[in-house]
Amino acid sequence: MASPTLTGTPGTRKSGTRRVRRQLPASPWLFAAPGLLITGAFILYPFVSTLVNSFTDRRTLVPGEFVGLANFRELLHDDMFWTGLRNSTLYVLGVVPALVLLPLLLALLVQKHIPGITFFRSAFYTPVVASIVVVGLIWVWLLDERGLVNSLLETLGASPVGFLSDQWLILLSAMGVTVWKGLGYYMIIYLAALANVPRELHEAAAVDGAGAVRRFLSVTVPAVRSTMVLVAALSSVAAFKVFSEVYLMAGPNGGPAGEDTTLVMLVQRTGTGLTGRVGYASAISVVVFVVTVALMLLVLRADRKEES
Amino acid sequence: MSAVDTSRPAEKAPAAPAREPRVTDEHGRRVRVWELALRYLLLLGVLALTIGPFLWQLSTSLKGPTEDIFSSPPRFLPSDPTLDNYERVAETIPVWDYALNSLKVAAANVVTNCVGAALAGYALARLRYRGRRVATLVFILAMLVPVEGIIIAQFTTMRELGLNNTLVGVVLPGCVSALNVLLMRNAFLHLPYEIEEAAFVDGANVWQRFYRIALPAVKGTLAVVAIFAFMGAWDDFLWPLIVLSDPSKFTLTIGLNYLHGTFANDERLVAAGTVIAVAPLIVLFACLQRYFFRGVGEGAVKG
Repeated sequence: MASPTLTGTPGTRKSGTRRVRRQLPASPWLFAAPGLLITGAFILYPFVSTLVNSFTDRRTLVPGEFVGLANFRELLHDDMFWTGLRNSTLYVLGVVPALVLLPLLLALLVQKHIPGITFFRSAFYTPVVASIVVVGLIWVWLLDERGLVNSLLETLGASPVGFLSDQWLILLSAMGVTVWKGLGYYMIIYLAALANVPRELHEAAAVDGAGAVRRFLSVTVPAVRSTMVLVAALSSVAAFKVFSEVYLMAGPNGGPAGEDTTLVMLVQRTGTGLTGRVGYASAISVVVFVVTVALMLLVLRADRKEES
Repeated sequence: MSAVDTSRPAEKAPAAPAREPRVTDEHGRRVRVWELALRYLLLLGVLALTIGPFLWQLSTSLKGPTEDIFSSPPRFLPSDPTLDNYERVAETIPVWDYALNSLKVAAANVVTNCVGAALAGYALARLRYRGRRVATLVFILAMLVPVEGIIIAQFTTMRELGLNNTLVGVVLPGCVSALNVLLMRNAFLHLPYEIEEAAFVDGANVWQRFYRIALPAVKGTLAVVAIFAFMGAWDDFLWPLIVLSDPSKFTLTIGLNYLHGTFANDERLVAAGTVIAVAPLIVLFACLQRYFFRGVGEGAVKG
């Protein structure tokens, strides 16, 4: 170690925390190096190379050349791309409202400290812990033509439903699985927010004769509004990037004719393998970036507008 | 009913002898009995929806080859429970090797994330040097990059390094996640600075201050990082699916997907496989619940 030095540099730091240094000049970098190296090599470099590749015709085994906007022009005429964009967008529209509202109701249900409530909270969180593959396969079996749900329906006298054979029902079932798996996660986020809602507000509203629904709308919702925005932002970004649920329920090709393909499924299918079209898959990835960022901005902007 | 459901403060309750079972909430206020009954009814309903599917899977995995698993009305309990399917799934795919691969990947991910994120987090929070803000910005930007959008480039990077189709290749991209670095940075920032200053005056060098003083004080956050690193690696699907092509190297999730794709018509086998994959995490969760819940809060605020 170099001779330790204490550098005070008085006046530059406020609140009495003296600047203390007893370190090699290089030691901060030694501390940060593993993190910076990994992040640079496997996140930031791939990010930049995705942008660069999107303007080339690179393939897995062929370096490829600059082709300008050719990949993006091809996207415009690629039916599968539009199918993917449609499905990913539908996924956001279907999943986000459910994930903003249902976990909030669930949080209200488990908020009171009644006997056994910690058990219920933990039980509701269990789907979050399980791998998406496990969850997907559980529901593939439950929704099978001869699975539990259909045999219950039959017992009730209804005819079986082809949850996993109709293209729209598959998408809807996958959305249901996403919501089912996400409920517990967002419930915990809402619980933290609800703990900060002043109890007096509820009591005052109750004294004024407001019923449960009225109190929910005019006390609870405004109080947890910023959390709802957070949940909307998190869940919409996640929903647009959906892969595993649809991959497992519709199959690797997104149904027989690929009509359930999502954008990320298309990226995976196009860009991998020995003949993978890395350039074209990168162009689809760029679309995923752009929409993801746009969704975030949209949610945050909707929030600000409502506030003013 | 109306006699007991007034919002009278609970302190007065002992004066009036109770005729109905009294339950009070966390503020000592009484909860109405019918409301309570409704609450439990709803709780049980949601419980059936969240836990039921897991139990059904467990039940299916225990049903013997002669038992009808498609019966209507369904039979929830296996008539003659057997572990036969667990033996058969191991004969169909090397499920225990896959479990071992998953364990290796998850354990490596825990170690690298704890070490890497603690070191980098400490450097961002406590050490003063030129470029600290740039380093912080690098991690914030990296956290915002959607992983799904860069997997193809990550895959080509792995190929260039000759690490595709290896377990090292599975671990590397997430082995020091930016989110964890920022979580650790936050934890270190919240420590009182005076203790480290005192240690400095006593002659402790930067490593000693980090290892002996700061690190033990953030054990809670470190536990959260460890648990989520384990869960993330054990549950991950898309990246191992892309980077692993040789069935002998598969992790459990990829192996299950393979089992489902190849032997789709044997529901009992798939059920046994999923139970093997989910059981360790449910046990882990049951033992370390508070860290799981804490992780949700911290991760959501950052993410």
